[in-house]
Amino acid sequence: MDRKVNRHRLNILLDRAFSVVGLFMTIFGIGVLVVLLVDTFLDALPRLDWQFLTGFPSRRPERAGALSAWVGTLVVMVVTIILAFPLGVAAATYLEEFSRKNRLTEFIEINIANLAAVPSIIYGLLGLEVFVRAMRLERSIISGALTLAILILPLIIVATREALRAIPQTIREASYALGATRWQTVRNQILPAAMPAILTGTILAVSRAIGEAAPLIMIGALTYVAFLPSSPVTPDFPFLSFRWLLDPFTVLPIQIFNWVSRPQHGFFTNAAAGIILLLVIVFILNGISAYIRHRYEKRMRW
Amino acid sequence: MKRYPWVLILILTFLTAAEAHAFRMVKVDGSSTVYPITEAVSEEFLAAKRGRIRVMVGISGTGGGFKKFCRGEIDISDASRPIKPSEVRLCKENGIGYIELPIAYDGIAIVVNPANNWVDYMTVEELKRLWEPGAQGRVTRWSQVRKGWPDKEIHLFGAGVDSGTYDYFTKAIVGKEGASRGDFTASEDDNVLVQGIATDKFALGFFGLAYYEENRDKLRLIPIDDGDDSNGKGPILPSLETVRDGTYQPLSRPIFIYVNRASADRPEVKEFVEFYIENAGWLSKEVGYIPLPEKAYGLVLKRFRNRITGSIFAGEGSKIGVRIEDLLQKER
Repeated sequence: MDRKVNRHRLNILLDRAFSVVGLFMTIFGIGVLVVLLVDTFLDALPRLDWQFLTGFPSRRPERAGALSAWVGTLVVMVVTIILAFPLGVAAATYLEEFSRKNRLTEFIEINIANLAAVPSIIYGLLGLEVFVRAMRLERSIISGALTLAILILPLIIVATREALRAIPQTIREASYALGATRWQTVRNQILPAAMPAILTGTILAVSRAIGEAAPLIMIGALTYVAFLPSSPVTPDFPFLSFRWLLDPFTVLPIQIFNWVSRPQHGFFTNAAAGIILLLVIVFILNGISAYIRHRYEKRMRW
Repeated sequence: MKRYPWVLILILTFLTAAEAHAFRMVKVDGSSTVYPITEAVSEEFLAAKRGRIRVMVGISGTGGGFKKFCRGEIDISDASRPIKPSEVRLCKENGIGYIELPIAYDGIAIVVNPANNWVDYMTVEELKRLWEPGAQGRVTRWSQVRKGWPDKEIHLFGAGVDSGTYDYFTKAIVGKEGASRGDFTASEDDNVLVQGIATDKFALGFFGLAYYEENRDKLRLIPIDDGDDSNGKGPILPSLETVRDGTYQPLSRPIFIYVNRASADRPEVKEFVEFYIENAGWLSKEVGYIPLPEKAYGLVLKRFRNRITGSIFAGEGSKIGVRIEDLLQKER
């Protein structure tokens, strides 16, 4: 009897100890993040102004801006999402809802899981050979976006499959019972219900892609770009132009990397300001996806 | 419903892919050492041309730049060393002619921590004994470099093995390009080396002079004696004057741009290169490099105007202890 009570006490103690350790770890992680952010923000403060947002790169740190870099990052990310999201969700839906389990699908599944762990530089090499050279897309926005899309595709597929698997089997059966076809079930029930989780996975994948410099340097994204992509709207018929997809570009991580490695100290301030700008872009993308997620969550009622 | 804009976009993409670019572009790529000068020149050039011409500059290293250059993917290659035989061959295979244009000097600085009060100067012989491959694991203490220096462990820092700086340093000091001991802290980012040496009393390292100039308060520069009194007596500190007049030897080197012979006939490339040569002097100084003598820029411009292809180094890579104006002069 005594022993049992002791045992019980020990368990309670362990329980408390674990929650204390857990709390400490959480605070530690957040604390380090806050210190880093505040430190970077203070470094960046002198350059966080309009001129930095609207200026092109320069040899003089105080005159150098990040316009071409942040526009490049934004444009490349938008094109990447447009390419990777439908493809990734479609592939995952097929694998999860339509395909039969056989050797082939098993093989595909294993490879997708493996691809998610391949270092990004490898995708850069692939992009260089396939998109830049073989397809002759040159060192353009579309080459960069295609490369990053392939980079995040496995992540989106894995996240989407997890999301689909989390939908209870009873929902599918209920839908079939009402006479819905497989496509109707997926289209009207499964995908909307899984969408919040899919979006979370996508935003994690995109957050990874947005910080990538290595594969883009590999395919030949440039460091000094003093112009913006051409306008998507033209004065002549058909009023829409996609030439900007073929324009050369640079992105914030490359610009930051370049500034950090310069000898003049003024460039460090620019690098810090670039990091803050990159964070803001990530937050904005996160915010947009949180908004969409929220709308889907509200809509789903069984 | 969602899918249809997609098909449209893809079709339009391939339609526009066939369309030629309306902008006149100058494509530059290559060495990160030369990059700041090219960036400065482009900035001034674009300001002067008001955006009618687009200049884009990449950084893929001297070797990476030459690879693209010899495939005909770029118009101009930034290079921190002369073209190598293997690259000469590659260019030849693809029928790419090149015009080699020296545009500035760069000095390689040997630096120690400011708290280091025993090193007054070093000879090339001592540097060689310290850096050659055979020194690995054997020469590990300051007292082994010169008698009388403290019996403390020496900590070495140097430019990364993929950089032109490393190539040149090993060729100038050890005598063979790419041959050095391996047990030193190497980084492609010179600011990392600056930090390392600034916080370690027993450190010694080498990197581009511009990084010393920006960190004078944290480092101490070491004069170098090359044992040859014909180009300046005794140990010599690197500076604008000593690098330019060739007395800081063997650690000063010329840096280049290579222009594709076929591109040079395009008006935008021709304009850009001439602008580059005319303004390289003051701009290279502003970003921390050492301009060639005025006379040399005249010779370089003439070389470009006459479209003289080939290398003044006979395609054999770096030569140590040469002055650009002598080489250019000799050629005529």
